[in-house]
This record gives sequence, structure tokens and C-alpha cells, in this order.
Amino acid sequence: MTPEYRTALIELLYQLADDNFILAYRGSEWLGLTPHIEEDVAFSSINQNAMGHAAIYYQMLEDLGEGKSDDLALLRPPAAFRNAVLLELKNGPGNYWDAPDYDWAFAVVRHFFFDVFKSIRLNALKKSSYPPLAAAAGKIVTEQAYHLMHWETWFVQLMMSTDEARRRMEKALSLCWADAGGLLSLGKWGAVMAEHGLTATEAEWRDQWRQAIGQSFARVGYVPIGEPGMAHGDGRNGEHTADLGEALSILSEVYRSDPQATGW
Amino acid sequence: MAAAVPFEQWTAEEKYGHFMRRIENGEKIEADDWMPDDYRKALIRLITMHGISEIMGAFPEKEWVPKAPTLRRKLAIMAKVQDEMGHGQLLLRVAEDLVKPCGKTREDILQDLFAKRLKFHNVFHMPSPTWADAAVIAWLVDGAAILSQTMMLKTSYGPYGRALKRICQEESFHAKHGESLTLSLAEGTPAQRRMLQEAIDRWWEPLLMFFGPKTKEATGHTNVDKNLKYKLRTKTNEELRQEFLSKYVPKIRLLGLAIPDPTLRYDDEKGEWIYREPDWNKFKQIVTGNGPKTDERLRLRRTSYENGRWVREALAQWKAAAV
Repeated sequence: MTPEYRTALIELLYQLADDNFILAYRGSEWLGLTPHIEEDVAFSSINQNAMGHAAIYYQMLEDLGEGKSDDLALLRPPAAFRNAVLLELKNGPGNYWDAPDYDWAFAVVRHFFFDVFKSIRLNALKKSSYPPLAAAAGKIVTEQAYHLMHWETWFVQLMMSTDEARRRMEKALSLCWADAGGLLSLGKWGAVMAEHGLTATEAEWRDQWRQAIGQSFARVGYVPIGEPGMAHGDGRNGEHTADLGEALSILSEVYRSDPQATGW
Repeated sequence: MAAAVPFEQWTAEEKYGHFMRRIENGEKIEADDWMPDDYRKALIRLITMHGISEIMGAFPEKEWVPKAPTLRRKLAIMAKVQDEMGHGQLLLRVAEDLVKPCGKTREDILQDLFAKRLKFHNVFHMPSPTWADAAVIAWLVDGAAILSQTMMLKTSYGPYGRALKRICQEESFHAKHGESLTLSLAEGTPAQRRMLQEAIDRWWEPLLMFFGPKTKEATGHTNVDKNLKYKLRTKTNEELRQEFLSKYVPKIRLLGLAIPDPTLRYDDEKGEWIYREPDWNKFKQIVTGNGPKTDERLRLRRTSYENGRWVREALAQWKAAAV
């Protein structure tokens, strides 16, 4: 492994781990607060899967000598995170334990955008030049069809029902669209990743994502304005909002609480 | 009684007699079977309370889901709380079938909860201020729940028994998860041990209360007797509490933890545990909706229910359009 290959690989693994970790956290904040009990159960399965995937990628980083996987998830500063900014944004005003005014439309659109992207990325990673990653992607991608179906069902039903739902969904769509570009970014090491066959190129998965999302938009008669943006910066390069810092302090509160502790 | 008389023409007494013979023979009653109103009411009270307790029971733990210390613990507690919501869903389905002939739906059950007409277990009205509370809840509250749910596995109402079978299987995983969390803290640093001891101190009285008062004089009603008569349950509150003490007191002591009751001891002569009675007035206050966290958690539940109204309306319209 050349130093350049190693750097690009590590950057890519952080993108994968952090995306899943942060979105699983945002999803877990919804626990007990979703529109109905059946959704609480289903959504929680999806979040557990994502958290499990994050753990797999952090373990790969640990195996590469980056440090203990729990430390990687919980002790890095926000600027070291490589997740797309879209995934770190708060679910809405309030906290999950106190007066949450969470936006279900935002949750649906964000997860739908992400899961369409996650499928494309996993399919590309099945051919990755890094064998452990290719093997993991092949395994993970099999669950992906169910998650996609889940969010696509929500997306279509809410877009095609009441006027209020449509209005809320369109608002969420424009919010998510403004940062969807950050999902599709590979960051400053992207060209090296593609060159070494670690992933597909950024242009390839951008096209695939646009096409897949375009089909769903056509089904519900929605036309986005402009191209997916990076309104809050490119998380792949360490640019983040204050929402991430806040999330990380909650995620690591117990882990940090006793520096002498060797086990939990 | 002529065998040719169809069941619909039987007198109320004949129907009741037939029903009670089925109960005494250990037959299972199904949702569409004839049942006396009294039995239906007892079931609705028992199963809605159980179902809503599972759902409200997710709240004290869910506070710790995002904060669980490690990736492994985060995954485990996510799965655990999801199971509780799943149990709530399973039980609400059973309850929905029972309230249907009364013209009621899940919406009514939830409105009863919000209006405090529906009780849920005392333990879920209590605060859970530290990670150790999540450990003690999973270990001891779930451990207590297993005892009372296992006792009801042979319940006369078929749908409830089948739901309980699955619930008990999952609860035993939870108790193992809880035991593992507790062990890590017990074997940990002085700060971790202190946090654990404080959680035990907080939860001891609520755990004793969990099984309910000893006698009907103390409860002021006879639900337990009625549930025994209809074979919905097979043991009294006190029998369950004694089982709990026998199972867990030695385990807690083995971890070097103190139980906050200096009078606690096993009386060899009587063959039972002697313990300090919990404050049953406090219990009554808590379960009627005046516990330390009742209002906060109900508010959280109600707010999220109201925030989701537009979603439920959208789904209803989608469903209507699809027909």
C-alpha cells in the first residue's frame, strides 16, 4: 500500500463510517416520536443497520492502525469528521428529550436522498480495489433494497396526498436539495480514490444519483430548481455546522464522563 | 337444557356458565368468542396497561439511546428499546380487537393515556438521570417484568398468551443485556461503581412497588382476584415479589452492592423475605399519573402525536384514494 493509496483509503473509510454514524444518531433521536408506533419499530431497524455499518467501517480504520474504533467515533473533533453536512443537520427545533418539534417531511426526504445514494455507493464499492471494503459492501448492499423501499414509499405517499403534506414535503425537498451536493462529493482526495480503483468517480455516481432521484421526482410530478448544492459546505473536507459539534457532545457524553474507565 | 337450542338463544346465565366451564377446563378464549363483559373489561384493563407501559417504558431508556457509551452499547440499547416499542405495538393490536366491539380504536386508547384515564407501570414514571439507570432498568425492571409476564403465559385469553410468548423470549435477552451493562459498571472505576450504587438506591423502592400491593385492602379493589378467577394470572402480587427477591437479592449482593433496606432478610421459619414496605400512598399517587416524570413524558408523547397528525391525515387520504 503506497502512502497515497493509504491516505485516500482512510479518507474514504471516514466518509463511509461518519455518514452512517451521524445519520443513525439523527434517526435514533426520533425513537418514540415518529408518526405511529409501527414506524418507530421500522425506523429503529434502519438506524440499527446504519449504526452497525458505521461500526464495521470504524473497525476497518482500527485495523489500519487509526486507533480504537470507539475513540474514532466518539473522541475526534468535529473538523476531523468526513460525513456529508446534510446528514448532521438537526431534525428540527428542540431536543429529543425536551419539546422536540421534529419535521417528519425532512426525515423522509433526507433518508430517501441518502439511501438512494448509499445503494449507488455500495454497488460501486463492491468493485473496490481494497478487498475488505469490497467484501463488506457486498454484504451490506443486500439489506439496502428494504431501506430504499421504505423511504420511497413514504416519499411517494406524502408527495401525493394532502395539500399540507405536499407543501411540507416541498419545503423539505428544497432544504435537502441545497445540501445534497455534499453527499455526492468525494472531497479533495476524490480523484486519487477513483484513480486507485477504491471507488467509482464522483461524476459517475452523481449521474446515477441524479437519474434515480429524477425518476422518483417524475413519478410525483416534482421539478427541482438548479443542481444539488453544498449550502453548508463540504463535509468531506471537514467543513461542518454547529449541529455536528452538538451531536458529538451528546453521543460521547457518557464515554467521556470517566476518563479512567477502561470498560463500559 | 336442550342441545338443539342455538347458542344465541341461550340465557345470559347459560352463556356465562358455559364460559366459566371453558375457563376452568383450561381452554383458550379467542377474540371472536363470546365472553362476559366483565371478562372483556378485565382484559382491556390488563392489556392496554401492559401495552401502554411498554411504550411509555421506552421513554426512560430512550433518553440514553444516543448517549450509550460505546458503539456496541449503542447498538444493543437501540435494539432493546425497539423491542419494547414492538411489544407495545403487538399488545395494542390485541387490545384493539378487544375494544372494537365497544366502538373504540387505538386513537381512543391513546387519548385515554393523554387524559390519564389509562394507567401505566409505576417504574416508568420515574427519572433515569444516569447511564447506570439504563443498566438497572434493563437488568432489574426487565427482570421483574419477566416474572410477571411468565406467570401470565398460560393466561386464558389466547391472543394475549401468544403475544406474551414472544415478549418473554425477547425480555430474557434484555435482562442479559442489562446484566452485562451492570457488570461492566460493577467491575469498573470507583465513579462507575458509585453511579451504579446510586441507581440501585433510586430503583429499589419502585421495583418493590412494581408488583403491586399485597392485599386488596391496600389496593382498594379486587382486580387481582378477578384476574385469578378468570385465569388471566396464576400468582398473587406478593408471590411474584417474593420470587423477585429470591432471584435478585443474592445477585445484587454478589456484585458487592448494597440494598437500601436494612431490614431486608430471609426468614427461614416463615420461608419468605421480610422487607420494608414501600410507601403505598406514594405508589397510588404515581400510578394515578402524579409521578415525578409523568407529565414530562406524557407531554413528549402527546406533542409527538400531535406533530404527526398531518402525516396520519396524509396516509388516510392516500389509503382512501387507493381504494
